[in-house]
Amino acid sequence: MAETINQKQNFLKGIVKENPVFVMLLGMCPTLGVTSSAFNGLGMGVATLFVLLMSNIVVSLVKSQIPSKVRIPAFIIIIASFVTIVEMVLEAFIPFLYEQLGIFIPLIVVNCLILGRAEAFASKNNILASIIDALGMGLGFVIALTVLGAAREILGSGSIFELKFVAEDANTFILFILPPGAFIALAYLTVLFNKISTKTT
Amino acid sequence: MDYIIILIAAVFVNNIVLSQFLGICPFLGVSSKVSTSVGMSGAVLFVMTLATMVTYLLHEFVLVPAGLDYLRTITFILVIAALVQMVEIILKKVSPPLYQALGVFLPLITTNCAVLGVAILALGLDGGSLLKAVFFAVSNSIGFALALIVFASIREHLELANIPKGMKGVPINLLVAGLLSLAFLGFTGLV
Repeated sequence: MAETINQKQNFLKGIVKENPVFVMLLGMCPTLGVTSSAFNGLGMGVATLFVLLMSNIVVSLVKSQIPSKVRIPAFIIIIASFVTIVEMVLEAFIPFLYEQLGIFIPLIVVNCLILGRAEAFASKNNILASIIDALGMGLGFVIALTVLGAAREILGSGSIFELKFVAEDANTFILFILPPGAFIALAYLTVLFNKISTKTT
Repeated sequence: MDYIIILIAAVFVNNIVLSQFLGICPFLGVSSKVSTSVGMSGAVLFVMTLATMVTYLLHEFVLVPAGLDYLRTITFILVIAALVQMVEIILKKVSPPLYQALGVFLPLITTNCAVLGVAILALGLDGGSLLKAVFFAVSNSIGFALALIVFASIREHLELANIPKGMKGVPINLLVAGLLSLAFLGFTGLV
């Protein structure tokens, strides 16, 4: 019983207490760079979740084989392989998203969230715990990116997931889909997140 | 003329940090003091230029002729990681004072997405040549340095300011970065 509770905590920590974006500030480049719409945020989140999950699985399986001196380069190769897979799959099947995310797809390699989890968690824990950790952290990342993307899209283009709810020629806060809007929206979302999470705990 | 446009575009119009969102981690992480941000900028200038030169040659003369273009991400990140390690070892041996100044920042640079990002972006320049790619890398690192140093000097002043409790720390830094980015937006259309 204690085991299941632990796993539940292990899963939930990534979403609230150690949320990669709002609390740990990991993976900020894609967070700010691709969230001009909710769909882009979701797409980037899911791509990162996939790479994080696969790299956590592989790292936790081969952790005893890797000499500790070369573990970082070894982790980077594992991550880069899955990023290449994601890059090829997106280019072949979802070319629209591939165009939108652009340079940020190969840059999933240097997302500190993934290397951070491989180093801090998967290289020390068994495969089941690593999978749950990756799912929790990945989901926390997906939620953060989607919320940020949605907030920017609502304010900036007056739509959500491409569904427009204001008149075609209405004035919207275009600032929010431009680069400065990313910083400003994330600043206020972080305040909001801190407020909510201190209230619940 | 081409080169002047590249320089102005990289430093002001498409600033790598403030409008392309590359290298945000060091931008937020090592910007609490001006002196450390100068050190970081120096290390980035050094590694970014070297990495772009090596990856450009590798791409042009090994990956493309061999039809291995899809291995770009893996090879580039490995080259950058190896390069950073090598630079660290060489600097330690050849120039201890420089190592003292840049040493602590070097390991951080492997996961600085600006380095990998510029190496990839440099492949897509039109009429690309090695010289142009290297110049592009130098311009971008100047842009990085400008953003980082300006941001660090604002943050130093911020410590004395009276900030509402909820905004302290990360949110106020992000907000300052947003305003800085807004200021750089004014350069749009310059080239």
